[in-house]
Amino acid sequence: MGTTTTTHASTPARAQPALLVAGPIAWARANLFNSVWSSLVTLALAYFLIKYAVSLVDWAFIKSVWTVPTDPATGRLDPTACRQAKADGGACWAVIWDRYRFILFGRYPFDEQWRPAIVIVLFLGLFVVSAMRRFWRKELALIWVATLTAIFVLMWGGVFGMRYVAQDEWGGLPITLILSTFGLACAFPIAVLVALGRRSTDLPAVKLLCVVYIEVIRGVPLISLLFMASVMFPLFMPEGLNPDKLLRAQVAIILFAAVYLAEVIRGGLQALPKGQYEAADALGLSYWRKMGLVILPQALRLVIPPLVNTFIGFFKDTSLVLIIGIFDLLTSGKIAVTEPIWQAFSTEVYIMLGLIYFCFCFSMARYSRGLEREFSKSVRR
Amino acid sequence: MSSTSTDPRMAGSRKAPSKGISLSWSDPRFRAIVWQVLIVGLLAAGLWYLISNTAANLEQRRIATGFDFLGTVAGIPIGEHLVPYDPAVNTYGRAVLVGILNTLLVTVVGVVLITVLGTAIGIASLSGNWLLSRLCMVYVEVMRDIPLLLHLLFWYAILLTLPTVREAMMLAPGVFLSNSGLKVPLLVWEPAHSGFMLALAAGAIATWLAGRRATRVQHATGVRPATWPVALLALLVLPVAVWALMGAPFTLEMPTKGRFRFTGGGSISPEFMALMIGLVLYHAAFAAEIVRSGILSVPSGQWEAGGALGLKRGTLLRQIVLPQALRVIIPPMTSTYLGIAKNSSLAVAIGYPDLVSIVNTMLNQTGQAIEGIAVIMAVYLTISLSISLFMNWYNARIALVER
Repeated sequence: MGTTTTTHASTPARAQPALLVAGPIAWARANLFNSVWSSLVTLALAYFLIKYAVSLVDWAFIKSVWTVPTDPATGRLDPTACRQAKADGGACWAVIWDRYRFILFGRYPFDEQWRPAIVIVLFLGLFVVSAMRRFWRKELALIWVATLTAIFVLMWGGVFGMRYVAQDEWGGLPITLILSTFGLACAFPIAVLVALGRRSTDLPAVKLLCVVYIEVIRGVPLISLLFMASVMFPLFMPEGLNPDKLLRAQVAIILFAAVYLAEVIRGGLQALPKGQYEAADALGLSYWRKMGLVILPQALRLVIPPLVNTFIGFFKDTSLVLIIGIFDLLTSGKIAVTEPIWQAFSTEVYIMLGLIYFCFCFSMARYSRGLEREFSKSVRR
Repeated sequence: MSSTSTDPRMAGSRKAPSKGISLSWSDPRFRAIVWQVLIVGLLAAGLWYLISNTAANLEQRRIATGFDFLGTVAGIPIGEHLVPYDPAVNTYGRAVLVGILNTLLVTVVGVVLITVLGTAIGIASLSGNWLLSRLCMVYVEVMRDIPLLLHLLFWYAILLTLPTVREAMMLAPGVFLSNSGLKVPLLVWEPAHSGFMLALAAGAIATWLAGRRATRVQHATGVRPATWPVALLALLVLPVAVWALMGAPFTLEMPTKGRFRFTGGGSISPEFMALMIGLVLYHAAFAAEIVRSGILSVPSGQWEAGGALGLKRGTLLRQIVLPQALRVIIPPMTSTYLGIAKNSSLAVAIGYPDLVSIVNTMLNQTGQAIEGIAVIMAVYLTISLSISLFMNWYNARIALVER
């Protein structure tokens, strides 16, 4: 026996399969070249990938211009180098270097821009804290209230020696974050009530109202609600009372978001086993205690991943306020390139905006997927 | 036994509940009515408050009400229209119709392209080829995490930096791409072409009938008669024969390059192209995810069973997996289609004359915001409802019939 094994091991016929089962060549054979068609697809894709990757790197890094000198005669930036780079097929990142503060903070007074910068950090902190499961307690609501208050104090100023900044000077990323986060915080309680209303059996009139509200809002584009907020809302208000544009858009976004959140929450309410409702009834709990103590804690937990996905959708949808002229991140990016010297370089700015949106949405999506996996694990157990 | 019937407490609770509602707070039905009256009353009061404010404001600002303005001459120049339109003669009503047709055009073309591209990417992302599936996943991740509006602005900016008309790129003979859009040759339409289309329609019906007959024969005998000769005859030979008999006319109207613009030929505006590229790239990512998860939802036993029958991978996918995956795919795909219809309204940001953009101009001119927004909402509600109804019907048709 011993001799046979040694002879087998020493023959190349025995050694070769080991190399072909594992290792990079075997992997490539199984995953890239396992048939004629697969090999052709791989080769074609690899060709285009390398070709475009090379030209992209060339455009973005090698032939690109990062800063432009100031023209001593006029005291303004001289974009000649950028024009030259564009003609040679290179990017002009100098536009971002020059305009990044405008893109991020809009028309906020230049010397006070540390305030919106802190606001952005506060928002990021709020997201991170809310994402950690050890903070999923009642105190989280307090943290939200405190942080949002701090954010509005910082933005408005007028106290603690900070200069007052009127709302029409706000702009950029803080506006996007305020519209989406504040919108979600306000839409959420409404959404819970509407979802409960739609599921109610004892109150047919309330149920009908909720169904009509949900179906109408879901059937129309957000744009039409934003138009409503910008041109119709002033007609609704009594003489003299005219809330500013940002608040009106915020109301429209809240009304819109509440519907989609309500449908997600309704999914959670429906997914809960009937026994939970009956058990709560058997304990003699009143409607609100049944919902607050038994049903909602379980139902909401169930729908956290789709809620995060809905939130991603709203984060992107807030960019629609551009159409009614509110100064969010996308608007300030678009306006930044209307300046004569930078007019030809909108691609670079849009790519940077895309990266910012992508970072926010992608990290939320990853987080939601991780949660989903964790939840399904605990269910399986 | 007798003790239960004599127990006074039990006797009381055994009594059937009274049909009438007692006017007491402990009666849940009474409470329900009070709550509903309260909620509906509050809502009605709020609504009445808003309406009375609106009426007062309208009167004070001397804004007319009603839809009479739809009959007055619009004067809005609209670049793209599917029905004849002249701003000097035609009314606001006609302009709105042009807008509705443009919105429908974008929606229909978008739905078709997105379904094709999304299905292709969804299937490709499950391919055994590592490079292909990775690229598809990267595509999905990148495209869906960027706002649609940014997509539109980006592509519009790119299209506007294309060479001018004078230096237009010639992609194929007669096909020009420049910063004023895509120019394509146009077929000069003659009666023979209408005959061709009619013959094609008749051929399609004949092919469909032949397919049904083949299925019937297959069910009865187990052998499916060949249908391709019928299809060839009905779809290719017959229309070509009709066209040839009617004189076989074929003239293309080529676009010719002028100094500043093209003359002749068909054209696709940069606005429409940017809108289409943005919508398709963005929504195809969502559609691909839906298709992918639909295919994954088909149990692997189905793949193995099909493989055991000796089916090829393509046949397996078409005949066994996709029909089952469709049941999972249809409901979320419906919301994607609804999303396309609603998101086509972002056209207003890049100046494509869809319904929202035309109504927006209209309400700026007339000041009649309420009527304008009512028009937008009514049209979109109708479109949404129609798509929902159609997809529900289709879903019911393909749903698993359980015995």
